[in-house]
Amino acid sequence: MPAVPRSSTLPALALRRARSFAVPLAGFLLLTALTFLGLLAITFFIGRVVPIDPVLAVVGDRATQEQYEAARQAMGLDRALVVQFVDYVWQVMQGDLGRSVSTNRPVVEDLARVFPATLEMATIGIAIGVALGVPMGVWAAARQGSWVDQVIRVLALLGYSVPAFWLGLVGLAIFYAGLGWVAGPGRIDIFYDGIVPPVTGLLLVDSLIAGDTGIFMNALSHIALPAAILGFFSLAYIARMTRSFMLDQLSQEYVVTARVKGLPEWRVIWIHAFGPIRVPLITVIGLSYAGLLEGSVMIETVFSWPGIGNYLTVALLNADMNAVLGATLVIGAVFIFINRISDVLYRVLDPRSR
Amino acid sequence: MQMLRRDWYHDDAPASRFQANAGRFYRAGGLLMRNPLAVLGGAIILLLVLTAAFAPWIAPYSAVGQDLSARLLPPSAQHWMGTDELGRDILSRVIYGARITLMIVALVAVISAPLGLIIGAVSGYFGGLVDKVLMGITDVFLSMPKLILALAFVAALGPGIENAIIAIAITAWPAYARIARAETLTFCQADFIGATRLLGASHGRIILRHVLPLCTSSMIVRVTLDMAGIILTAAGLGFLGLGAQPPLPEWGAMISRGRVFILDQWWVATMPGFAIILVSLGFCFLGDGLRDVLDPKQGGKS
Repeated sequence: MPAVPRSSTLPALALRRARSFAVPLAGFLLLTALTFLGLLAITFFIGRVVPIDPVLAVVGDRATQEQYEAARQAMGLDRALVVQFVDYVWQVMQGDLGRSVSTNRPVVEDLARVFPATLEMATIGIAIGVALGVPMGVWAAARQGSWVDQVIRVLALLGYSVPAFWLGLVGLAIFYAGLGWVAGPGRIDIFYDGIVPPVTGLLLVDSLIAGDTGIFMNALSHIALPAAILGFFSLAYIARMTRSFMLDQLSQEYVVTARVKGLPEWRVIWIHAFGPIRVPLITVIGLSYAGLLEGSVMIETVFSWPGIGNYLTVALLNADMNAVLGATLVIGAVFIFINRISDVLYRVLDPRSR
Repeated sequence: MQMLRRDWYHDDAPASRFQANAGRFYRAGGLLMRNPLAVLGGAIILLLVLTAAFAPWIAPYSAVGQDLSARLLPPSAQHWMGTDELGRDILSRVIYGARITLMIVALVAVISAPLGLIIGAVSGYFGGLVDKVLMGITDVFLSMPKLILALAFVAALGPGIENAIIAIAITAWPAYARIARAETLTFCQADFIGATRLLGASHGRIILRHVLPLCTSSMIVRVTLDMAGIILTAAGLGFLGLGAQPPLPEWGAMISRGRVFILDQWWVATMPGFAIILVSLGFCFLGDGLRDVLDPKQGGKS
């Protein structure tokens, strides 16, 4: 924090600080709103324009003629596309994503029910990725060419070339069937299902609130493998980025100065060089968190994990268009939101952009 | 004679356009050959192409012929990768699957790269409102999760390998548009563009003949690097049952069939996965090597 000039009174300072937050905030809101509108345009396009018969896509091919006509009326397909789009945006803003034909419930209710499972898995995944990836990246940069450096190079390459669903299957074959270290597919064993009252929807948290350690351990054993696999993909990305940021810093002159002063190496690395990369790291972590929500689609399918990814793929196979578009919209919205948040955090936290 | 040809390639004042291009390729190729990983990547891709081309001669068995008496056999001397639930030889199916993977990759590249190139070049060349609108659309697509977008498009278009290719191409172009625009901006104020304009060339001619060729090298790099992701997405769609349909020996779909047997007959699902990993790695290696040679600005960073 630079010394405050004497002439600036406290209110003026507060105003300046407020402005330094308000300007990015206004830009953030505008850009986010526009991107959301674009997202809605895409889902609208996919739902109404791409299918040859959007009514059929919504009601399914087992519908009677009356159902078909009713759906056609309800969707307002006889009106101009622009009017339909405005209607669609209005509906979504009121939280109406239509009804799912396979569950026969509003899509919004379904999504609210399945989302915590995905959130739980992705959060543990990102925690693993950060906890291992950041130290590994720093270490690799500090000891360039060492074995850690090589391991990270291999991990990063594998992160780009191994299919997540394949890794999930192989993991199940080895750690569940072979070694018996973890529980199999699903979120919890069937005889534990539905005992803990849902408070947050996160099973690990709910079981702790209920004080049931048996269920907690069971849920943990179920989540370990899928979360570890998600964690692997974020680790590969985070470690590589951390390494590259650190290398940039370690080649700078202030690091040489710090070393010449005789500071211990850990201080040079963790206090001096690591300091400036915290801000870009936040963006990287945010991006990979958002990426995990996407990656969970495949992993959830493999592990029969009752989250949004599984919901989406089941809906896809049933040609349940409202559910597909609703899930797409929610995942896209969360994705955009996390992207924007990390973008803004970057601007607010980076002193150069003030 | 050998020396003479080298001199012809390295001539500082090439006599023809052909000689200039040949010299450029010669030098880039030479640099590429010095990078062992790039050579390995190139060899893997070459292997993929050869396997796809000569599949009927390489494969020991038919890809679709069933033999129920030989179902779910473990890997052995007769069946190197074992057999699946219908007694089909997995190695043969993996070999035929190379054709499908190559086709997907080639078609996605052929559709999305030119699309991205033209949108990006037009956007950068004209600037102003055109630029704002085109890049706005590009940014919306870029800020969407790719896989989810592809899934939603396939859901609307219906499952099948052609629709999967279209869906992946739709999600792949925005990145290329961004690159083409950035490249265009760096030289659209250059004198040679101005000179061409003074000679009376139309906008279309300038973009097609003078702007686009300069974007191609960074585009080749980016497309090669993206190939791994495209292969994974295609395999993912196949795995979910939305891409190639049975009995096509698509690798992702094969893994999906083997899912049921993963606990006892592990080879059914794992073997096609190795093929996916190998080919993806090949494209990663080759892309990294190409980037160092063709696009030195980007290289050396990671």
